[in-house]
Amino acid sequence: METVFTPFASFGGGLLIGLGAVLLMLGLGRVFGATGILSGAVFAESRAELTWRMALILGMMLAPGLLFLITGTMPAITVPVSPVMIVIGGVIVGLGASLGSGCTSGHGVCGLSRLSLRSLVAVPTFMTTAAITVFLIRHVVGG
Amino acid sequence: MKHLFACLTGLVFGTGIAISGMMDPAKVLNFFDIAGAWDLSLMFVMGGALIITSLGYRLVWRRAAPLFEQSFQLPTSTALDARLIGGAALFGIGWGIAGFCPGAAIPALGTGRWEVALFLVSVTGGFYLRRLLSPALAKTAT
Repeated sequence: METVFTPFASFGGGLLIGLGAVLLMLGLGRVFGATGILSGAVFAESRAELTWRMALILGMMLAPGLLFLITGTMPAITVPVSPVMIVIGGVIVGLGASLGSGCTSGHGVCGLSRLSLRSLVAVPTFMTTAAITVFLIRHVVGG
Repeated sequence: MKHLFACLTGLVFGTGIAISGMMDPAKVLNFFDIAGAWDLSLMFVMGGALIITSLGYRLVWRRAAPLFEQSFQLPTSTALDARLIGGAALFGIGWGIAGFCPGAAIPALGTGRWEVALFLVSVTGGFYLRRLLSPALAKTAT
């Protein structure tokens, strides 16, 4: 299925993503890694560990509603995979991101801009395996 | 104040995710589908975010401390080990299967789509699986 090339919206959204990450560093001194924020909330060992993460997650979840109020439409979500694939992919994402200590936001945005050597290794690794996975699913198995 | 700031920070990040197209699995999977319906948009997301963080982090680090905490808490590990590379490799495979990643799915939950909730519950299941597989590592902060 074709999707529309959106360089300007994507670049503008990227600027805001970066701004959110910088604001979290300014306010709380933390990197904006979604995996660390989510797992830190799930496995929080103290109330202090939990509450700022819940506030951050709540703010993230309010974003589509804010956009709906401004533009009158919800952000587009087209899910081209089956529920089984969502579950399998989700479990592997959770396992891999916690083992590798980061995902797209933690390694990809925060880590690369800090010039973390671990992120400089992790990002090309997960970009490559994601591309291979999509190729195998769409053009080998499904093709 | 700290929590209100955290909430607004999340809102800025989430709005960026929503505008950028990152929360649309069709777009994410097409970014990786170089041999098919390739959509390069997400390269621009990464570019925009990195410009801001690369400059902004360095400005913020001129301060002695963040606004609401005593000190900056940056990741300290430097190990390029099997856990990092294997974990990253697995993460990419899962991302390529589902089309969602955690940073996109959390804001996407606000659309009320059940697929997003299913994905995030599965991700949390993956967190627990990691704890089951490696009890010795379970105390390590991620």
